[in-house]
Amino acid sequence: MSHLFTHPLPWYIAGPLIGLVVPALLLLGNKPFGVASNFRHLCAALAPCGIEFFSHDWKRLGGWNLAFLLGIFAGAVVASEVAPPLALTLSPHTTAALHQLGLHDLTGLTPHEVFAWASLFTLKGFVSIVIGGFLVGFGTAYAGGCTSGHAISGLADLQPASLLAVCGFFAGGLAGTYLILPIVLR
Amino acid sequence: MTLLPYFLIGSAFGVILVEAEVVSWFRIQEMFRFDAFHMYGIIGTAVLTAAISLLTIKRLGVRGPDGEPLGFTPKVLGTGARYLAGGMVFGLGWALTGACPGPLVALVGAGTPVMLVAFLSALGGTWTYGRLRPKLPH
Repeated sequence: MSHLFTHPLPWYIAGPLIGLVVPALLLLGNKPFGVASNFRHLCAALAPCGIEFFSHDWKRLGGWNLAFLLGIFAGAVVASEVAPPLALTLSPHTTAALHQLGLHDLTGLTPHEVFAWASLFTLKGFVSIVIGGFLVGFGTAYAGGCTSGHAISGLADLQPASLLAVCGFFAGGLAGTYLILPIVLR
Repeated sequence: MTLLPYFLIGSAFGVILVEAEVVSWFRIQEMFRFDAFHMYGIIGTAVLTAAISLLTIKRLGVRGPDGEPLGFTPKVLGTGARYLAGGMVFGLGWALTGACPGPLVALVGAGTPVMLVAFLSALGGTWTYGRLRPKLPH
């Protein structure tokens, strides 16, 4: 079954399929594709605490998106059971750079030396998982969107705000890659 | 059940994220190091496909069940501060976790259960933003 797909699924197939999520959600119910909104809906559901940002009707406005989010989880479970990604063929340059940062096990979807329960309270684990996750939640809420909301939906709709956000994504990503990760991982 | 179609589209998205290795921390590193075309090809063709779809929907004047034309509400640009600053904070988190929100959830189901902590931490991040929102430049 592991030969069901070539790995990775080529970009020229995966990209257009992901792009089609935009019209699919519009045709289905005029819904905007944006995964990060679910953080806001979940905060509104779990701990609104009288905060105005969480005072919206999350069931009516976000119910469909939470179903979408649950779908992502289910799809990932099925995909990794039926046709798990095998050994990654990583670019030699990135491989060398990661070796230099002290990562030696480059198999799987995440570096096992970092993304494991046992690493949670080491510097590299805590910064990558806890701080990184916090920044993803804070940043997407502040920017009003993530890769799906700004980089895909917003750019496709030619929105200047989204172009600005995507520039921010890359500025932050490059700073994380070249300034923070070398300190944290070594 | 009206939510089922959204669940199914989400599932298809989840399968693609895993099979195209978009959920891979290593692919995100390759992207930020400009060492491979893979992620740029995916995001680029996704934007192109979405743009062509949006143009087609507008040209045909497709309307939703409520009679409104299908499409997005334009984002208010303002000073742009929130997009640049928020974008940079998210980008930093994207590089550290190796995952944007969709892949974060996908990874929990695809063999990295500790990503659940990153997901909960992201909820904490969004909550903190909600709390600080009145004081932040937008």
